[in-house]
Amino acid sequence: MLEVIGLECRRGDRRLFSGLDLVLGPGTLLHVRGRNGSGKTTLLRTLCGLFTPDAGEVRWRGESIRTLAEDYRRELLYCGHLNGIKSDLTGLENLAIAARLDGDPVGSDAVWQALARIGLRGFEDLPTRMLSQGQKRRVALARLILSRARLWVLDEPFTALDVEAVALLQGLIAEHLAGGGLVVMTTHQEVPLTSGQVARLDLGG
Amino acid sequence: MWAVFWCILKRDLLLALRRRTEVLTTLFFFVIVVSLFPLGVGTERQVLQILGPGVVWVAALLASMLALERLFAADYEDGTLEQMLLTPQPLSLLVLAKVGAHWLLTGLPLVLIAPLVGMQYHLSEAQIGIMMLALLLGTPILSLIGAIGAALTLGLRGGGILLSLLILPLYIPVLVYGAGAVEVSRIALTDTEPYLMLLSAFLLAALTLAPLASAAALKISLE
Repeated sequence: MLEVIGLECRRGDRRLFSGLDLVLGPGTLLHVRGRNGSGKTTLLRTLCGLFTPDAGEVRWRGESIRTLAEDYRRELLYCGHLNGIKSDLTGLENLAIAARLDGDPVGSDAVWQALARIGLRGFEDLPTRMLSQGQKRRVALARLILSRARLWVLDEPFTALDVEAVALLQGLIAEHLAGGGLVVMTTHQEVPLTSGQVARLDLGG
Repeated sequence: MWAVFWCILKRDLLLALRRRTEVLTTLFFFVIVVSLFPLGVGTERQVLQILGPGVVWVAALLASMLALERLFAADYEDGTLEQMLLTPQPLSLLVLAKVGAHWLLTGLPLVLIAPLVGMQYHLSEAQIGIMMLALLLGTPILSLIGAIGAALTLGLRGGGILLSLLILPLYIPVLVYGAGAVEVSRIALTDTEPYLMLLSAFLLAALTLAPLASAAALKISLE
């Protein structure tokens, strides 16, 4: 479903990677590994279409993501280093707006449930600036519960999370893979992911 | 599609409501700059009547520059802008909604306070009416053109100064015709029509082109 053909990315004069080929089918997790600065985030951003590669292309269901544009973004969920939530809005508001922008508005019941499941019961209507770093991360990750995207691109999703939240996120990923979804992620933590096929990619050898 | 437009508009208004200072700064800046001139040049009626239109418009340009830098910067810093780029919505529509909210918060207050400012310069009622109309047509153009500059300078160090250098020259037509309309209305009200028509034409052109240009600029800035 997700294909990468001869991808090459540069940052300034430095070549991060070149001639990268990948094919990911449904239910597969791709674990991207590498040292700091080896181009993991750049690769992930390229897969999302945020960064234009210097050569090669990314295809989704056989078509280039450049031509698919909005149809591709409908099936994509990206969770980057930044949480992408407004600190002056509550968790509820943040999630409702995100769902609306993603094109599938959800009822407030679904948002309450998602926040409860991610472990933020009782914090739903506090401005997120009052929450701890880990709790903010949880708000951002609650989008995974609400979203119907097929492809999840997660950049260091486990940062700032406690043991309980890590387990929860692992569960979410496993569920997503079992449902035929795709996950591309980077993490420095050794996190066992039991279900689905796990592919590994090492950058900057 | 409009649901998304309203969603962003409401979001930005709600955010401004929770951070009121940013809105009030623009308005107070405008009022203070405009009020400084009578103190500086004296209160002679005729001098003020001649200076009035130009001063009000220059102050409006500067005031609208003030909040422009924050138009996309806040969303850029917390990653929400990145997420907007990844939604299956046309980015130019989201930009238009953001600019709309920006105008409601920084442009519209200037229009509403104009009568008060006009009185300081001994402008007649009719002139004040024309000034409000001209500001109503002109301030959205300022926000729309400004959005292109804000998008281009996003994330640059010292972007604020660069933004002013980039955008202020583009504001000149609005300044010329906006101040012109008020100036001409001193002699004959009917003569203001071509000025207002030209401002309307600028507004329509800016409404169609600026969101597209800003969206393209945002994509480049976020790479």
